[in-house]
Amino acid sequence: MHNTVRVQTTINGEAREFLCEPRQSLLECLRDVLGLTGTKEGCNDGNCGACTVLMDDRVVTSCLVLGVEAQGAQITTIEGIARGSDLHPLQRAFLQNAALQCGVCTPGFIVAAKALLDREPNPNEEQIRLWLANNLCRCTGYDKIIRAVEQAAEEARA
Amino acid sequence: MPTVYIPTLLQTVTGGKSSVQVDGATVRQVIDNLEKFYPGIRERLLDQGKLRPNISVAVDGEVTPMGLLEAVGPQSEVHFVAAIKGG
Amino acid sequence: MNTEEYSVIGTRPVRHDGADKVTGRALYGADFQMAGLLHGFILRSPHAHARIRRIDTRKAAAFPGVQAVLTADDFPQVPERLVDLGEGDTPLSYARGNVLAQGKVLYRGHAVAAVAASSIHVAEEAAGLIEVDYEVLPCALTAPDAMREGAPILHEDLKTKEFGEQTSRVSNVAEHFRHAMGDIDAGFAEAEVTVEREFNTATVHQGYIEPHNATALWNNDGRILVWCSTQGAFVVRDVTACLLDVPVSRVKVTPMEIGGGFGGKIPVYLEPVAALLSKKTGRPVKIVMSRKDVFEASGPTPGSYIKVKIGARKDGRITAAQAYLAYEAGAYPGAMVAPGAMCVFAAYDIANVVIDGFDVVVNKPSTAAYRAPGATNAAFATESVVDEIAEKLGMDPLDFRLKNAAKQGTRRADGPKYRRIGCIEVIEAMKKHPHYSAPLGGPNRGRGVAIGFWFNVGLPSSCTISVNADGTVNLVEGSTDIGGTRTSIAMQAAEVLGIPAEAVRPTVVDTDSVGFTAVTGGSRTTFATGWAAYEAAHDVVRQLRDRAAKLWEVEAASVTMDRGVFRAADKSITFQELAAKLDQTGGPVVGRGAVNPRGVGGSFSGNIVDVEVDPETGKVTILRFTAVQDAGKAIHPSYVEGQMQGGSVQSIGWALNEEYWMNGSGTMMNSSLLDYRMPTALDLPMIDTVIVEVPNPGHPFGVRGVGEANIVPPPGAIANAIYHAAGVRMDRLPMNPPAIMEAIWKQRD
Repeated sequence: MHNTVRVQTTINGEAREFLCEPRQSLLECLRDVLGLTGTKEGCNDGNCGACTVLMDDRVVTSCLVLGVEAQGAQITTIEGIARGSDLHPLQRAFLQNAALQCGVCTPGFIVAAKALLDREPNPNEEQIRLWLANNLCRCTGYDKIIRAVEQAAEEARA
Repeated sequence: MPTVYIPTLLQTVTGGKSSVQVDGATVRQVIDNLEKFYPGIRERLLDQGKLRPNISVAVDGEVTPMGLLEAVGPQSEVHFVAAIKGG
Repeated sequence: MNTEEYSVIGTRPVRHDGADKVTGRALYGADFQMAGLLHGFILRSPHAHARIRRIDTRKAAAFPGVQAVLTADDFPQVPERLVDLGEGDTPLSYARGNVLAQGKVLYRGHAVAAVAASSIHVAEEAAGLIEVDYEVLPCALTAPDAMREGAPILHEDLKTKEFGEQTSRVSNVAEHFRHAMGDIDAGFAEAEVTVEREFNTATVHQGYIEPHNATALWNNDGRILVWCSTQGAFVVRDVTACLLDVPVSRVKVTPMEIGGGFGGKIPVYLEPVAALLSKKTGRPVKIVMSRKDVFEASGPTPGSYIKVKIGARKDGRITAAQAYLAYEAGAYPGAMVAPGAMCVFAAYDIANVVIDGFDVVVNKPSTAAYRAPGATNAAFATESVVDEIAEKLGMDPLDFRLKNAAKQGTRRADGPKYRRIGCIEVIEAMKKHPHYSAPLGGPNRGRGVAIGFWFNVGLPSSCTISVNADGTVNLVEGSTDIGGTRTSIAMQAAEVLGIPAEAVRPTVVDTDSVGFTAVTGGSRTTFATGWAAYEAAHDVVRQLRDRAAKLWEVEAASVTMDRGVFRAADKSITFQELAAKLDQTGGPVVGRGAVNPRGVGGSFSGNIVDVEVDPETGKVTILRFTAVQDAGKAIHPSYVEGQMQGGSVQSIGWALNEEYWMNGSGTMMNSSLLDYRMPTALDLPMIDTVIVEVPNPGHPFGVRGVGEANIVPPPGAIANAIYHAAGVRMDRLPMNPPAIMEAIWKQRD
């Protein structure tokens, strides 16, 4: 391998350590080095949101973050959203509302939506659409995704 | 007797006729009988005994997966249409 | 079967693969891992049209970490024949040429060579060391350009075909279609209002979020194993076997989950290359397209030049219609102009029609289907002209369409008469929808309507169902699940068996494990694979009636089954109870179904759209959008709505923003998702849907395919809305801000 760097980070609450080359993105490290393939690559230049993860509670496109930047950070991926063997309200709402068809954009949407609901427990439609504007979906036309987020928010408030 | 509709670009073979009444209990028989009246038309429709690529047969308005083997009734209409697959 | 009271059909169960899809556990093609995996990188042509004089791969082969390098010369030389690419029959040399160019490159992005290495970064670096000596040639980028006298010729052996007859003209026109009905001159003579308009539409891409991918292993026993993202595992099997000159049984394709297709994942690009790299290295090789590759080297859908002329009497009856359609096929023949020609006037009952269609090769990527291929371009033209005529006659646009609507018995220009269709029902649903009479509520706003049609297809599907002792069943099928079809198929089996949808365990399997199944596309999956499941379920029921008869020691013919309960005389037993007794009554019960159905029913769709046009910037905001479609019978209404909403939004992007922005030398200048501007959540309102159900008499549950027809009317509806908002009739797609401003300024002058 070319010059490799050791990265120590926390992923989904668990301390993890991995080796990577400086040129590898966080997306590549998650998928190919750590085997966390739930985060998807759609464009590799930050324009589709399929690779969305949370980094220290910020929503980031992991294709534009270098693997070495994960040093000391708290990363949340789709693999960390469910609560044990129970689905997160967002995941349940997506299923009940048929808010996915091919499902490849779904991990990115769920992670981004979780970040929204963590900040704003009662978002209106416009706020949801603005927050999710960097997550592209080509199958659903967004309608049922928005409704799913609204339902999850309502459920969390109840 | 079944009616065969002649695709526009084949009407040069039938002297301009857009439909022809021709006997046959299957599409293959209908084409064979059509060839008797209009020699050369079979070659435009078939290649080595099979329907030319990207051509389908519709009998009574319904595209048939049986192609040449599809049964044809005495009042049937037979059409040759572009084979559509979709996306 | 009582069609009014279904237990499962029409309900909305959670999809069976749901948990995997919302937790990131579902495995898509790029997720596939295997010991010893190598990564493949494809070198692509920077030129839109060039002869390849020489390829020198020595430096690349010597690069540290590189295991193999490949060019078209590594393909076995197989004699020319036709292959079924899943989209129609194509010469093998075209299919192989598009996978790796031989002799000539025909578009920028055309694959020229491939490298397999220990990492994708190494492979990419090494590919940069491959030296290709090109003789650059002039290029033709639009259909009119390619049809001109003296245009650069892409294929020296391509002569225009006309219904089975090869003419002697060498040109870029691969094929000419013509449909004629009635007397066109008399028809136009009778017309009291005639409108003729020309339209141009740009190349657009299906825009699936998941790029193409494939992993192949040429195993030590000679079998070629493939894991890939595809709409048709059997197409991949057959094309890969054909190009590698092996019997189809040597290839086994495992379809991974697929991140969108829409027609673009029917052609085969990567699998044969990955397989040959694997043969050379003895290791599995994975190739994944970059987003740039997806734009430049997969199959966008044709740009087009269309002329439509329609004449009508003052009472609103259309008397004549004529269309000229020239579609860009891209590098190889096969533009979907034939279906475009069949759809252009398909929504209307017109006695006098002439339609000419031209399949034209140009120096762009070889086109593929995009939902209802060819129909969207055509409907943009027709629905704009229809709107103009209705306005000139002072008629309500929906009333004008009703007056001329196609119905059962209407003869289409391509020949056949319609069977039972729902065109009128769709228009009537639009008319009585509250959207149609709602106030617009502001300046610079307008409302437009349009309708459209798509045929849908049948094609073969297979299915087996085995009964578990706990009263559940395993359902095995071969249709990759792009939009929830595992569930719509399972629901049809559940309805027959009288068990809940959740008691069916559907699995999509590889090409070794299920009978031949055609592509997931053509709006056929719920229709045809569902029908195969229906047959398999009935086979199970027949066998279970025998088992009940054995248990009760009566004649099998006296046993009936209704909603999951078997009865004879005074005895009864539920499906679940009987399933527990299979062991003692003869052993396992496995049902099978294999279909190649006729009875396909076409689907009509329609849109009402309100827009606001900013007169200073030309930006169009969609204020309200209603999609109406005839589904025949909605098996799972949520996923039918999903198809309608998804197709509508793709079409909104097609109408307003999306295009391949090419420079003069055939380079796509906007080959990223930043500049190829697809709709985001922020660009749209909710998409209201109305499912009309005019049952298809040809299908056991009345199903009409729904996946495609919804992409057809939006551009026409939006163009009409823009006219009513801003007073300009748009004649090109996309109707982006600069185009609208130019139209507004031109009108002011």
